[in-house]
Amino acid sequence: MRIFTFCTIETGQFFSSGHTNNWAVLVCTSRFWFNYRHVANTLSVYRSVKRLGIPDSHIVLMLADDMACNYRNPKPATVFSHKNMELNVYGDDVEVDYRGYEVTVENFLRVLTGRLPPSTPRSKRLLSDDRSNILIYLTGHGGNGFLKFQDSEEISNMELADAFEQMWQKRRYNELLFIIDTCQGASMYERFYSPNLMALASSQVGEDSLSHQPDLAIGVHLMDKYTFYLLEFLEEVHPASQANMNDLFKVCPQSQCVSTPGHRTDLFQRNPGSVLITDFFGSVRKVEITKDTINLTSSLKPLIQSGDMQIESLTYVDQLPVAEIIHQKPKQKDWHPPDGFILGLWTLILLVFFQTYGIKHLKHIF
Amino acid sequence: MGLLSDPNRRKALTGLLTRLNTPICIVCYLAGIVWFMGLAFEPFTLRTYMSENAMGSTMVEERFSSGERALSLAKEFDAHKRKAGGMPVEWLVKAMQSRGLEVFTQSFSRKLPFPDENKERYMVRGTNVYGILRAPRAPRTEALVITAPCSPGNTNNQAVALLLALAQYFRNQIYWAKDIIFLVNEHDLIGTQAWLEGYHHTNITEYISGSLRGRAGSIQAALSLELSSDVITSLDLVLEGLNGQLPNLDLANLFYAFCQKLGVLCTIQGKLQRNDWDTAEGYTHAAQTMMLMVLKQACGRSWGDHGLFLRYHIEAASVRGINSFRHYKTDATTIGRLLEGMVRKLNNLLERLHQSYFFYLLPSLSRFVSIGYYMPAFGLLAVILLLRALDLWVHLGAPALAAVDGVTEAEQPSSPGVLTVLTPVVISHLTGVALYLLPVHLQEMAVEHFPVSETEAVVLTAIAIYTAGLALPHNTQRLLSGEGTEQGWKVLKLTALLYLAVLLGCTALINFSLGFILAVTLVPITASITPALYAVVMVLLSPAFTILYCVFIYQELIEAPVSVSEGWMLFLSVISQGILDHALYGSLVYPLLALFIYPCWLMFWNILFWN
Repeated sequence: MRIFTFCTIETGQFFSSGHTNNWAVLVCTSRFWFNYRHVANTLSVYRSVKRLGIPDSHIVLMLADDMACNYRNPKPATVFSHKNMELNVYGDDVEVDYRGYEVTVENFLRVLTGRLPPSTPRSKRLLSDDRSNILIYLTGHGGNGFLKFQDSEEISNMELADAFEQMWQKRRYNELLFIIDTCQGASMYERFYSPNLMALASSQVGEDSLSHQPDLAIGVHLMDKYTFYLLEFLEEVHPASQANMNDLFKVCPQSQCVSTPGHRTDLFQRNPGSVLITDFFGSVRKVEITKDTINLTSSLKPLIQSGDMQIESLTYVDQLPVAEIIHQKPKQKDWHPPDGFILGLWTLILLVFFQTYGIKHLKHIF
Repeated sequence: MGLLSDPNRRKALTGLLTRLNTPICIVCYLAGIVWFMGLAFEPFTLRTYMSENAMGSTMVEERFSSGERALSLAKEFDAHKRKAGGMPVEWLVKAMQSRGLEVFTQSFSRKLPFPDENKERYMVRGTNVYGILRAPRAPRTEALVITAPCSPGNTNNQAVALLLALAQYFRNQIYWAKDIIFLVNEHDLIGTQAWLEGYHHTNITEYISGSLRGRAGSIQAALSLELSSDVITSLDLVLEGLNGQLPNLDLANLFYAFCQKLGVLCTIQGKLQRNDWDTAEGYTHAAQTMMLMVLKQACGRSWGDHGLFLRYHIEAASVRGINSFRHYKTDATTIGRLLEGMVRKLNNLLERLHQSYFFYLLPSLSRFVSIGYYMPAFGLLAVILLLRALDLWVHLGAPALAAVDGVTEAEQPSSPGVLTVLTPVVISHLTGVALYLLPVHLQEMAVEHFPVSETEAVVLTAIAIYTAGLALPHNTQRLLSGEGTEQGWKVLKLTALLYLAVLLGCTALINFSLGFILAVTLVPITASITPALYAVVMVLLSPAFTILYCVFIYQELIEAPVSVSEGWMLFLSVISQGILDHALYGSLVYPLLALFIYPCWLMFWNILFWN
């Protein structure tokens, strides 16, 4: 009887774990040959994610330009991440789902929210459910509050936050890890307000993310610094490793990256120290070997473990803290001298006055 | 009442204007000159930088290694050139074909308006040979051009040979996104012009040439090579093109960046860069370099084969190898690598070069002055003309000021004045037209009657017409009824000042150097002209003498000063070259001077003899 109860507890634990499947959405938003490094960034994360177990059917890879077959590539069909051609991240097993001009803001948001036309093939859909852990990786050129897509449009941090909220309301994810490698990347996760989101960025607002090494034979920069060190870190991770998110936060400190990487965990329910890297980057199947029979009747209740997982009481971050805004005292603004517009306006008024009434009044004033 | 319509206020303002006019004009003139000379002072200039993102830095690996083979090829080319007595077309075609290029030839002929001292015949016939290296994977939409002229004698053999060696090396690479055209042209600029016209299906000048059978898409950039010796000590960059047009500054930046990377000495205007800008010698060096560029740009001729590409919005520059017997020498492999690096970077371009400046002056290869900084110098000179015109307007309106405002004031004195103005204007312009048309058309008659060659006939006819124009006022005075003489010359001066301001303004917009040089000599004399002025001063500052002074200054600056007689011969050849450039390539300096500047100056000359 005791053994049975013990098994019940363990099976309860087994069926109460957080996620059951993993998805990855990897997006490179820049085109043109001199943005080779963004494609290499995305492909190196793709490579790690695939190596750790997520299959192509669960990866949505969006590359805005084709570097491997670009006319200027002296080594066609390759994309290198390390100079001297050490590592070809293009390999021979790459499945690009959105390519070239298909990588647009609209398509990206439709993939996230699932609002795709019925004719869209499965490989282009994010078919996640409420037990999916999703990894989202974005790279390209960005600024304070926006990310540039294809040199012609941009996505703002507010749009991204709203897209994640839509995903939450439709229960399209269990937990979501958002990594962004652009200039001023931290501005992109500032506006998130949905639960179970963890975010990492390569640089703070006001800082630029820098590129890593050029390769003289190819003639371009191969990778960005943050993703280069991220790749090095991920190369050490294997499916059974117990490395957790705190190690990921330590990747590329300022001494290596020059910019200061940032992260955001306040919306995340679990303690980052207990979140394994493979929870997001890999697709680890839980296997427990037992010699006992297990009764799978409905009497099995999922165990609530305190401190780890809260299922019912979810909190939302207040998107528009109106109460705070109303009751706040107005900030003491520093006095600035009147700017040019006001000065010009007053000069104009004075001139018109004196023009109408004559210059002689000027003598009285000065 | 308002500021300008109240007569008292108006009188006060105009009184201010007339009292201070001369001092302000003098101050403006001096300020303009000082501003211009100050442009070469290094703290006022900006360091050059690459603006084009797609070209990035110089990070390519150059692997060209067949410099020695190029030199032996040069000897072979020389031998074939001597045997063929001109351009060895078959040998070139075979050489290019064996290197895997698609080879085409273009034969052209051109009738010169008069035989100049180089060609010594009316008809110039030649053949251009060009080979196209097709990009292995790219569509044939864009192209780059590398050209080397085939010159008679010992010159430019190494350039053609290096071209062929580069073609062979480039053919083995797979990273080309644009087709590369290797062009060997005969008769320098005439051949280049014929090729460009055939390529773009335009007919700017009357060339008779076969249409081009091989084409490669729209040309994004062009480089012209001139190498005449096996051993080079420095590379000179030539930027000035036809009508003073300059290529995008990014091309010069690219050249400079690669020179620094490969450790090649590079010069501009033949002068090396100095580091001591705070000394007097450093400043004069920079000022001399800038003055040379200004003089070269002002004369409107193309100083290298690249100059004709600019008109088609193709950024082009000439690279000239110089052997000045220094200790440190550069070999052909390094030059090949420099060109390889440059072409590889141009290959990365996605659009034409447009991010950097198109209007600039270079006091040295690493410092530039953009149009926003140098234009005020011209503006200060142009303001003098406008101030003078305003002053004259005020004076003309002053006698009939009494109770009448506005338009009717000016009409009263100028209604007889319009007719007096019209005659000198028309006659001056007719003289200008004569100066433009007659020298070339009358050369046969001149050659019959005088023992001179055709070139001399043309130039001497031009000078004769110019001098004859000086005698005009004496004769035309009899035709006019010079009523209200005091008003008459003032009205003429007002018209001529405004006309000159418009002319110089338009010229400076297109070719700043030409506008500025003309302004420096014409503005003081025209602003201060009255019937009481000495005629000699006026003649000494006329456009023809400006050209003469420029010739002497140019010779001084290139450290080859000439005596007066040699200078005079140079002056004559400059005039003939100007006329020839206009006829052959469409240079606008000669028509501008003959049809607009000279008549304007004649109008002022008329004022001198008003009484």
